[in-house]
Amino acid sequence: MPRSAKRSVFERKNYFYPDLPKGYQTTQLAEPIVGPGFIDIETDDGATRRVRIHHAHLEEDAGKSLHEDFHGMSGIDLNRAGTPLVEIVSEPDMRSSKEAAAYARKIHAIVTTLGICDGNMAEGSMRCDCNVSVRPKGQEALGTRTELKNINSFRFIERAIDTEVARQIDLIEDGGRVIQETRLYDPDKNETRSMRSKEEANDYRYFPCPDLLPVVIDDTYIDAIRAELPELPDARRARFINEYGLSDYDAGVLSSDRAQADYFEQVTKLTQNAKLSANWITGELARLLNQADLSVKHSPVSAEQLAGLINRIQDDTITGKIAKTVFEIQWNEGGSADEIIEAKGLKQVNDTGAIETAIDQVIAQCTAQVEQYIAAEPDKRGKMLGFFMGQVMKLTQGKANPGQVQGVLKQKLDKLC
Amino acid sequence: MSLDRSDVERIAHLARIAIDEHEVPEYTESLNSILTLIDQLQSTSTEGVEPLAHPMDAVQRLRVDEVTEPNQREQLQACAPAVEEGLFLVPKVIE
Repeated sequence: MPRSAKRSVFERKNYFYPDLPKGYQTTQLAEPIVGPGFIDIETDDGATRRVRIHHAHLEEDAGKSLHEDFHGMSGIDLNRAGTPLVEIVSEPDMRSSKEAAAYARKIHAIVTTLGICDGNMAEGSMRCDCNVSVRPKGQEALGTRTELKNINSFRFIERAIDTEVARQIDLIEDGGRVIQETRLYDPDKNETRSMRSKEEANDYRYFPCPDLLPVVIDDTYIDAIRAELPELPDARRARFINEYGLSDYDAGVLSSDRAQADYFEQVTKLTQNAKLSANWITGELARLLNQADLSVKHSPVSAEQLAGLINRIQDDTITGKIAKTVFEIQWNEGGSADEIIEAKGLKQVNDTGAIETAIDQVIAQCTAQVEQYIAAEPDKRGKMLGFFMGQVMKLTQGKANPGQVQGVLKQKLDKLC
Repeated sequence: MSLDRSDVERIAHLARIAIDEHEVPEYTESLNSILTLIDQLQSTSTEGVEPLAHPMDAVQRLRVDEVTEPNQREQLQACAPAVEEGLFLVPKVIE
């Protein structure tokens, strides 16, 4: 992790633009508040790549300019102007759009875990500019870079970079030359456009801000903050693997968001089954949250409700299939799993007699499939069992204990062979 | 270093200051006399001297992060020549 600087200095960056009416931006240049460091990311092949951080500085945000629908004028929203932000500047250590997105996700996980940013990219709480260059294979020096702006999701980071890489390669292969410039990414057209302005190049005339004294942070202050730090995503991920036996993938997904990781630990505490809890959270819960565009913080199903549901699967009160139905009812109407199971009569059928009756009925009805089963090679029969399973579950409205059905079904069918 | 007419016109443009044609010579002269002073400062040897971030030998006092300014949205919007949907309208800033 990058280290805090003991002393940092604010400067004025002078420019005249309606998004910052006082004519300069308070920022840091020579002595930023956070010095060099690094962030480790995992690449697709499971390797770790170290991305160096050049520095991070504090500066004030500018207003938001809206250029549409104001009868040829621009509308300026100044609510954001003057609010502080942290800009984190990396070294050119990422080698693909995927690595860039992985880096951004890692930063996102850290700042949301620290609680210093809500991480909402669509609303601009977290923004990123991507600098992109290409070079021939084997060449050491980096090519001329362009800076991409207006990228407001992780998916667009990948798409914008891929698009810009393709543009630069085409340009060079056609004998052209990349110009160092800022380009705007247009997600609708999936293209980057030069933000060429008729303005002459700005001379920012940086100088130390006379209104603000240098900021000096002493060790006591840094130690106090360090003592308050929550468990960071990498540490939590490692603990999820060691303590709960989660897969690398599940641990990575769950630890990337503090609220989600908290939710997982709450559910697991109540179910004592980390894997099943992880499956439900990364599966059904994530699916419905995505559909409704909600974060786990605003999940209509609480950790207690989900744990109650998982516990009814664990004690064989309901099947996994029925559990999905119960979960959707919890999502839409609320209620505990016990209440819903009782009210809708969804209890799993564990009664051997009832299960045997259903199986006999299916075998009697599906004569053609039964004959195919008998005619099949013994090692092919396992696969064919699925059809009969489906029929029995349909007949019992999904309530039959699937483990029991499978056992009895196989027994009965094999007896016919 | 000495400024000529076109330098002054460029500086005026960057600062968004309208100046009359006949004022340019006066501005050029004034700015050049300031630059003479700067030249004098720059001729001083600063070897071994730490750059100064602020003339006062003090550090910034920190305070609790809480809102201290009242919201004066209505008054502030009333100052603007054109306002719509809470936004300040300005001449279009991109082509």
